Amino acid sequence: MNLQATRRQFLAATGGAAAALMVRPAQATPASMAAAIRQVVAEASVKPGRVKLELPPLVENGNTVAMAVSVESPMTAKDYVKAIHVFTEKNPQPNVISIKLGPRAGKAEISTRVRLADTQTVVAICEMSDGSFWSDKVDVIITLGACLEDL
Amino acid sequence: MAARTLINVPPKAKRGEVIQIKTLISHIMETGFRHDNVGSPIPRDIITSFVCTYNGEKIFEATLYQAIAANPFVTFHTVATESGTFALQWTGDNGFTQEASAKITVE
Repeated sequence: MNLQATRRQFLAATGGAAAALMVRPAQATPASMAAAIRQVVAEASVKPGRVKLELPPLVENGNTVAMAVSVESPMTAKDYVKAIHVFTEKNPQPNVISIKLGPRAGKAEISTRVRLADTQTVVAICEMSDGSFWSDKVDVIITLGACLEDL
Repeated sequence: MAARTLINVPPKAKRGEVIQIKTLISHIMETGFRHDNVGSPIPRDIITSFVCTYNGEKIFEATLYQAIAANPFVTFHTVATESGTFALQWTGDNGFTQEASAKITVE
């Protein structure tokens, strides 16, 4: 019994150490994503809705993933989208893109191609001209992640 | 280092019409997180900022990070208000700058 307990402890200890070794030095965590989001929204609350983040649910190659973000907004001089930010949970760095828009945009709709390192949740946050923040998140499954050539 | 750019703007538009602008620039967007075959880190080399002005007025501004794929492709919209030029500017690491422009006729 005693032996089994020590064996278990041993496995837990070595397994934990191995897991720690496997973690790459630079990897964002949900916590660092939350910190990056905090930096953008400060103390304001972020409500779900109004933004639509489009990403394929299953991605074969994380090196280029088509991403589109659109926000429901009339885009008039009084009511428009000020900024759009996109964050990832598990990329080495949580920020993806930050965009500043104005009423001249006409339509708050952008698209680009991103890198995704791992199966994870991607979050888009938009800032309206009235100072409110809205968000949308998408879970993406990645078969081949980006930035893994050196592993 | 000159990079190749590709801009797609409709040549003609009606006044007040919302038009889409598609932009593409050739750039490796090296993340700085990778290592070469002897294990030394490859330094970061990315485009950090992209700005579009329409007849001198800024209409779109983006800050790019390492998570943007190589050869950054960005599309956005604007209201066609008057004939003129779109000036696009990309700036990045190691003093990278690239400019491009496109003309539009508004009827």
